[in-house]
Amino acid sequence: MNAQRPAGHLTQRPRARLRGWGGVGAMAVVCALALSLVPLLPRARSSGAPVGSGGPGLAHGRQAALEKKCPNGRYPQDQSLSPAGGGGGTANVDAIRTRGRLVVGVDTNSYRWGYLNPNNADGELEGFDIDLAHRIAGDILGDPAKVTFKAIPTSRRIDAIKDGEVDMVVRTMTITCDRLNDVAFSAPYFKTGQQVLAPKNSTITGYDDTLAGKKICSAQSSTALDNLTADKGHRIPASTDIGTVVPNQLDCLVKLQLGEVDAVVTDGALAASQAAQDPTVELKGRQFTDEYYGVAMKRTSQDLVRQVNRTLESYIKDGEWAASYQTWLHPTMDLNGRKSTSATPPEAHYQ
Amino acid sequence: MGGSTVTTPPKSSTAPPGSGVPTIPAVPPQPGRPASPTPAGPDVVPEPGPPRRTAFAEGVDQLRAAATTEPGRLRVIGALLALLVVGFGAVAAWQMTDRASAAEDVLTSSQPLSSDAADIYASLADANTAAASGYLAGPQEKPAMRERYQTDIDNAADKLVTAAANSRAGSESAKTIAELNKLLPTYKGLVETARANNRQGFPVGGAYLRAANETMQQQMLPKAEALYQRENQRLNSDYADAKAFPWAAVGLGVAALAALAWAQRRTFLRTNRVLNHGLVTASAASVVVLLWVVVGHTVARAGLNDSYDHGVRSLNVLHDARIASLTARSDENLSLIRRGADTTPVDGKPTDAYAVGYDTRIAELAAKLTRARSLADDSAGRQPVKDADGFMRAWKDRHGVAQHMNDTGDYQQARDKVIGVGKDPTSVCFDNVDAALKKALVHEQSEFQQAASGGRDALDGLPYGAAVLAVLAAAGAVLGIGRRLSEYR
Repeated sequence: MNAQRPAGHLTQRPRARLRGWGGVGAMAVVCALALSLVPLLPRARSSGAPVGSGGPGLAHGRQAALEKKCPNGRYPQDQSLSPAGGGGGTANVDAIRTRGRLVVGVDTNSYRWGYLNPNNADGELEGFDIDLAHRIAGDILGDPAKVTFKAIPTSRRIDAIKDGEVDMVVRTMTITCDRLNDVAFSAPYFKTGQQVLAPKNSTITGYDDTLAGKKICSAQSSTALDNLTADKGHRIPASTDIGTVVPNQLDCLVKLQLGEVDAVVTDGALAASQAAQDPTVELKGRQFTDEYYGVAMKRTSQDLVRQVNRTLESYIKDGEWAASYQTWLHPTMDLNGRKSTSATPPEAHYQ
Repeated sequence: MGGSTVTTPPKSSTAPPGSGVPTIPAVPPQPGRPASPTPAGPDVVPEPGPPRRTAFAEGVDQLRAAATTEPGRLRVIGALLALLVVGFGAVAAWQMTDRASAAEDVLTSSQPLSSDAADIYASLADANTAAASGYLAGPQEKPAMRERYQTDIDNAADKLVTAAANSRAGSESAKTIAELNKLLPTYKGLVETARANNRQGFPVGGAYLRAANETMQQQMLPKAEALYQRENQRLNSDYADAKAFPWAAVGLGVAALAALAWAQRRTFLRTNRVLNHGLVTASAASVVVLLWVVVGHTVARAGLNDSYDHGVRSLNVLHDARIASLTARSDENLSLIRRGADTTPVDGKPTDAYAVGYDTRIAELAAKLTRARSLADDSAGRQPVKDADGFMRAWKDRHGVAQHMNDTGDYQQARDKVIGVGKDPTSVCFDNVDAALKKALVHEQSEFQQAASGGRDALDGLPYGAAVLAVLAAAGAVLGIGRRLSEYR
């Protein structure tokens, strides 16, 4: 059984995804993927989880289909500054050191990402994003505890950075071309994609025609809302009601549970968090975009961007990234023994 | 309804506009009433009878005839005097009944209802504060906090029932109460769902709490406020009714006394007799009624004024202070729960909305306490307000420390200080302020009760007394005139 599962996996899922590319093309990709995954096998085995279909190779194989390039001809997530570069000026990092605290904009509502665990007697925030913020603070200030967390609503992430309210935003923030005009991003630290969440007994099967006449909830200023607005009348029926917009994606789960909406569209990572809080809802269909989360900073804080990228490199290399994933995301994202496409850190491509 | 005839053509909702048939003006179908029979034909025109003299004209003629002789004049004077005195008594009884019942309403209906409405508001705000505090404290939530939430909800529900029983059906108040009655279980459902999710460690509990808070802040509290304002208006109009000077009664009383004086002077001039027992009795009774009305009402008015100045005004200010303190506490909690997620621009810079809210509310609380202190008229009333002021200052100081901790990143300690597990917690200060304000409210309520019941009691028996004395006066007038009249037989 165990020996067979990875192989069956590799051939089935990509084929389903690449339906329409033609059998020959699909087989070629599958072969390439199988080869590219070979070096990953020992590590994946050592962590005790079965090898999944994720990995940088696959990610790049799918990019062409699901992602758009920015006007400058590059993918949005491949435009961060190399940690090695920079001419020695570290004014912004120094300012943080002088202050003695790193101020990070986070979410307090994303289960397993950045959330206030009601049963945590200390009232400390927990999650994957929170771990990363602590690591960044540790690398800059020598003490991972020297972080001030500020809760930032989805719609104010960019303003909070521009206004200098926070040094950086570590808050499941997708790197997009539009946002690159306003803020600078670190290298990607997580790969996800938009997905539909609906009650298990719903007739909705995914991001498709079954959304006709349904009420969809999304968060204000989220990539989900951008996609819904752009796709209405094209990929999804024009009769889909996308008027329900809330401050935080988790408010969508409340509305779903109260029966005020029929489905939620949000990042797969967050949708999985929502599903983990309610056994009667589930993810419907595949992720219909490829997106990467990055740490957002002021565009002028180049030294800080490089500093964060240095942290990310070591964070991934020393296994802390995987440990944090294992703690927070593995239980909700790697379902039915299958490793999610998000389970591997994305590869950094600097500009 | 059974035998409605079908002689007229069947009604059609859209009559052809240009049809030549002269149509009956379209009357909307009258519910519950058979269609009127045939339209008024020309055959039932009332016949103009021969000009007839009215009873009034005949009476005037008879009076005129009678006035030519002295006994006739006396009869007319006697009748008019009796009429005037009885009229005075009736108007006095009627006006004083009005005022007495308005004073009774102030004491037993509109003031308690206004107080109840303020209580509904405070209970709802307090429940919301308790829910927020409980959430912030998490597993450290004290059982007392849960009980407090439950008591608040029960209290609000009880008071809503009282308010509903006392509101007129279909009135604005009744509508508001019905809406609040609908929202209360909705709110409670959201809070309980938040609790259930919190227990499982799901942050969606926080989202439910936010939804509950929104329901409270944006729908329930504004409605409770509107109810309070409306009950207050009712209280004010009851006060105005009770305090309105009985001009008609006093005017008629003066007129009756003047008429009696004139009649006695006339008798004196014609007979040289100084005293006519009947007329003197009538005058004395009228004077008593007049004085009773004036003095009784003045005393009642003074009592009511006192109850307003030292009761209602103090109560209003104290209610406002309590609401300011509750909202400040709620903001203090939410500021730590939301961690700056809600901002409001201050000088163009986005600032934590709840931190700003706290400062505003505390300033309001301080202002209201100062006012309450100046309104308090005895040391028993001043002491709790003074205490509340002291606790408020301590709260403000401690909040400043907690705020500074939070600003410099020491969230942990700031939270401990606010939920009451740390050193010098703010929760204790808030509880003390609330307890002191409640004490002050109880005191002012009893002050009000005393003054207002004093005012109401001043009108006790006045309507009946006025009526009985007026009948006595009228009898005196008639007997007095009758005695003179008998001299002509």
